[in-house]
Amino acid sequence: MACIEARGLRKAFGSTVALDGIDLRIEEGRIVGLIGPNGAGKTTALNAILGLTPYHGELKVLGRDPWKERDQLMRDVCFIADVAVLPRWLRVSQALDYVEGVHPRFDRAKAEGFLAKTTIKSTSKVRELSKGMVTQLHLALVMAIDARLLVLDEPTLGLDILYRKQFYDSLLNDYFDRSRTILVTTHQVEEIQHVFTDVMFIDRGRIVFTCSMEEFESRYLEVTVHPERVAAARALKPMHERQMLGRSILLFDQVDRQQLTALGEVRTPSIADLFVAVMGNHSGVAQNKDKYEGVTR
Amino acid sequence: MNTPSNAVPGSPLDLQPNAPAVVSATRPIYWSIRREFWENRYLYIAPLAVAAVFLFGYLISVIHSPDQLRALVALISAHHHEEISGPFDISAALLMGTAILMSVFYCGEALHGERRDRSILFWKSLPVSDVTTVLVKASIPLLILPVLVSAVTAVMYLLMLLLSSVVLLGTGGNVAMLWAHVPILQMSLLALYHLVTAHALWPAPVYCWLLLVSGWARRATFLWAVLPIVAIGGLEKLAFNTTHFANLVGSRFIGATAPIASTTDVFPTNPMTHITPAAFLGAPGLWIGLGIAAIFLAAAVRLRRYQGPI
Repeated sequence: MACIEARGLRKAFGSTVALDGIDLRIEEGRIVGLIGPNGAGKTTALNAILGLTPYHGELKVLGRDPWKERDQLMRDVCFIADVAVLPRWLRVSQALDYVEGVHPRFDRAKAEGFLAKTTIKSTSKVRELSKGMVTQLHLALVMAIDARLLVLDEPTLGLDILYRKQFYDSLLNDYFDRSRTILVTTHQVEEIQHVFTDVMFIDRGRIVFTCSMEEFESRYLEVTVHPERVAAARALKPMHERQMLGRSILLFDQVDRQQLTALGEVRTPSIADLFVAVMGNHSGVAQNKDKYEGVTR
Repeated sequence: MNTPSNAVPGSPLDLQPNAPAVVSATRPIYWSIRREFWENRYLYIAPLAVAAVFLFGYLISVIHSPDQLRALVALISAHHHEEISGPFDISAALLMGTAILMSVFYCGEALHGERRDRSILFWKSLPVSDVTTVLVKASIPLLILPVLVSAVTAVMYLLMLLLSSVVLLGTGGNVAMLWAHVPILQMSLLALYHLVTAHALWPAPVYCWLLLVSGWARRATFLWAVLPIVAIGGLEKLAFNTTHFANLVGSRFIGATAPIASTTDVFPTNPMTHITPAAFLGAPGLWIGLGIAAIFLAAAVRLRRYQGPI
């Protein structure tokens, strides 16, 4: 059974189309990065998956209709939204009590174990914790729930690099066990691309690119071309070309590595490079391209 | 750096279903109520504080003039009955006023706060339905506060009586007479009856309307709650020069028209025989009001499904 299956998923806010007919299938046991520019429909897509917003089209999450069965679905699905959403008046001990009280799959000892590794005191209120600590608390709660799908929407936004790294390390080491599925959206792609098993690019409410990381690594190559070989390189039909420090960097899809080695330095591109290439080729996103190059370089 | 990326999707191991987990239906309700008391600590602090202040005042008054109390008890007759129970009635009325204020403020915030601080995303990430959440919030003014406040009232009655007894003993007054004429158990039950009927069930449409508006308005919930009432009342006044709508809402709100007793004076020390629960339960106004309250609650549940943070 697919963990998430969508066909023709649409959602409009007034005249603004947020999701323009999304088809996707995410198998269980995958860690999928959903990547797209601001306003591409990432959060709307996640909200539909989590039963927070109604939609048109077909959507099944763990075999359930999220809009109609949200409370049932939440026994098997956890999510952390873009910024810390734990109420500020809540005490750490109360958070544990509450989740233990309402969630049949919550393992309190496990959550306490995670918290013991942090400096968070059980008597503290959320308002007294730093943003990084609130995220740690939320993660401790979520990781102690034996869920089948975890959805993270920009979970590390506004955290410093130490917390960000720690966040994904604990997720991988203490949580992911290959039967769970994790769906992540983030702008800090390069930091966590090693975590993904699959990536999806979303733009203007459509999935414009889907690929597993194995496929990604074998298909795409980036070459910093020797100046005198540029013409020859261009003849091989790169999917994208950019300039850096006066040299041309060309991105190729399914071109023989031997052939490319003769043209210059060959390496596997980062997801961010591929994102810029795909988005650049996708009509009418030139303005985003510049922005993303700025962000990801 | 691609440690976890060789997971094979769809292998038999991956499809182990989680063990079926059962959680009884009452647990989410119980913990949702706990949550309301964590979030709104005034729900128990306010009545306790009012009771404490009143007790302190009463303590000063009986210590200041113990002879007056002794004289009152000595003179107890039907005529002086009200004078001896007067402070008890005032204390109960104060607590009832507190309960009404708390209910109004609670309902005006109940579905607004969680949207304003974005915590609705956390609450919705847990397996608690919108129906449970909204019904628990409605139960605070309609059920939990009346019970809680009458319990506080009962304890306060007892403390006042004990205090009076100690002072009477000190001045050689008749303690047995005092206890015979201040039936605190009966008075406490009457306080409960009064709170549940006149200040919870009868004004239920008012509280549920506030809850609904708190789930709808982005800001200024009280303004949006009151504005339509003022508008309708004003329209009626201009068009027909009558004030039926304003009277209706006002009387609902303070519970004045509720047929809960055969006398207009329904203070708790009145004998139990004056209350008319059958008339109250048989009043069409009660059921019409509860029907309207149910419609408001259903709308609030539906709204919460659609609403996210503001």
